[in-house]
Amino acid sequence: MTEQNLKQYVIIGNGVAAAGSIEGIRSADTTGQITVISQEVHPVYCRPLISYYLEGKTDLQRMQYRSADFYDKMGCQVLYGRIATKLDTAAQTVTLDDGTTLPYDELCIAAGSAPFVPPINGLDTVPDKFTFMTLDDTLALEQTIRPDSRVLIIGAGLIGLKCAEGLQGRVGSITVCDLSDRVLSSILDAECAALMQQRLEANGIHFMLGDTVQSFAGHTANMQSGCTVDFDVLVLAVGVRPNTSLLQNAAGAVERGILVDEHMATVLPHIYAAGDCTQVEDVSCGTKRVLAIMPNAYMQGYCAGSRMAGGSAVFDNAIPMNSIGFFGLHAMTAGSYDGEMYEERTADTLKRLFIRDNRLVGYILVGAVDRAGIYTALIRNQTPLDTLDFDLLKKIPTPAAFTPADRRKIFGGEI
Amino acid sequence: MKRVYVNEKWCIGCHLCEYNCAFANSGQADMVKALKGRDIFPRIRVEESGNINFAVSCRHCTDPICAKSCISGAISVKDGAVCIDRDKCVGCLTCVLVCPYGALSQGEHGAVQKCELCLQNTCGEPACVKGCPNRAIVYEER
Ligand SMILES: Cc1cc2nc3c(=O)[nH]c(=O)nc-3n(C[C@H](O)[C@H](O)[C@H](O)COP(=O)(O)OP(=O)(O)OC[C@H]3O[C@@H](n4cnc5c(N)ncnc54)[C@H](O)[C@@H]3O)c2cc1C
Repeated sequence: MTEQNLKQYVIIGNGVAAAGSIEGIRSADTTGQITVISQEVHPVYCRPLISYYLEGKTDLQRMQYRSADFYDKMGCQVLYGRIATKLDTAAQTVTLDDGTTLPYDELCIAAGSAPFVPPINGLDTVPDKFTFMTLDDTLALEQTIRPDSRVLIIGAGLIGLKCAEGLQGRVGSITVCDLSDRVLSSILDAECAALMQQRLEANGIHFMLGDTVQSFAGHTANMQSGCTVDFDVLVLAVGVRPNTSLLQNAAGAVERGILVDEHMATVLPHIYAAGDCTQVEDVSCGTKRVLAIMPNAYMQGYCAGSRMAGGSAVFDNAIPMNSIGFFGLHAMTAGSYDGEMYEERTADTLKRLFIRDNRLVGYILVGAVDRAGIYTALIRNQTPLDTLDFDLLKKIPTPAAFTPADRRKIFGGEI
Repeated sequence: MKRVYVNEKWCIGCHLCEYNCAFANSGQADMVKALKGRDIFPRIRVEESGNINFAVSCRHCTDPICAKSCISGAISVKDGAVCIDRDKCVGCLTCVLVCPYGALSQGEHGAVQKCELCLQNTCGEPACVKGCPNRAIVYEER
């Protein structure tokens, strides 16, 4: 094939959804030309590891998502430090911030999400303020902290708390505030959240829950409750917003995220989207949601890539799922919590399974998380519970509860 | 590719595979030194319910969800075998969250461990299979 006949693939973004998309394209087309537009000036890295980097549990080398020769091996050109600013769907081109345009035959938007910075009075008077999303955020934060820094983190969600864990031991004090009355409120109920909070507090993290900053004056935060907090370094972790504007401005369909089908196709021809910028059906409850988690980013990316290159991948069983740990206490959650609850608890563990219409639809596990994937698969596959030994399974996640036929298939053949 | 397969009806639940696994991956030359009086961390596990027993280890799936989900880029497929780079692993347990068979577990030092078919240790072929008294697990092409 001559160069002119080669398919031109363009990927916007260079995170894990983009990496999946590259690998998906190459699963079906080994010759087409792939161009990656990468706002960040780094090869794809493991975004969730930025807190582990601060903690010293990984380093810049080990947190690379793929080997150093990844883009070469995959035959990709990466435009580092470039931002896609506009799509022309009629001409099938992408315009970049330097004015150049790139033609595409197939396009994947893998633009992720951006931290939401709330408009708080006096925020501009705070000298050292950070968001916690990128490697560059992390390196800048690391440059600023001192062993005696007083750190204030706004947001007790996953990102704020991971930041707190990463900083613990490297700064003088850490205070986390959140308007919600509990930590990790999007994935944990009050009791499970309390267990996690205790572990964080036992490790020196201080909380101000049900309270947030009303205004700033330099190094002082005036809280809604009336008290004040003096700090040296501020981290804003109130939430993230999917980067949807490119597609929205091109008249594509967007709700909270870019709408995609089970092939990751958007409503616009030849335009796909994957990862944190999208909204997909959560099969545990049937609603369309933004599932901002890494496994989905990779799987959606791979599916999009495969389809762009004429392959047949399908991704139609997304569910929310999280594995989170703080200071050695692990929690896992999956699916949705609307159903009849089965509960087991000990002094330091909690298991809650949610069952509806003969299906496991969700769970929360704190402290004891071994083999949780067996539960996750039941949710993802919407397995009818009366086809296996659920009385055994709800107590212990074990393949011994599968049917003999399933066991033969799984343990006696290639899967 | 050769994998470890289970013959459920021959398994007597003796747990020898667990000891042989832990020993093969201990890096020690002496089994007593490696295992006696210690908590062991085998990568294979005998499941028991009523009168059934069988040993579960990584299935080396053709399309492994653990590798696709790993947030550290630590799990990859090498010549069909699903391998974990324990140096890259930060022990977040996302793989444990997604494996439908419960085949990965937290190891002694925080990083996750899984069956790598003894291709990464000095044994060279699965120690669990070699030591099974009953051919309840076999290492073969199917
Ligand atoms: C601190 C932290 C901890 C996390 N922990 C976990 C965890 O434990 N488990 C988990 O599953 N998930 C976790 N996540 C979420 C996970 O990182 C994301 O789900 C995942 O990175 C999404 O990948 P993505 O490729 O869709 O988007 P991103 O990784 O956000 O990548 C998108 C990229 O596109 C670039 N971009 C955006 N717009 C443009 C443009 N117009 N032109 C060019 N480039 C553009 C951005 O700069 C960015 O580099 C965590 C996230 C954070 C921040």
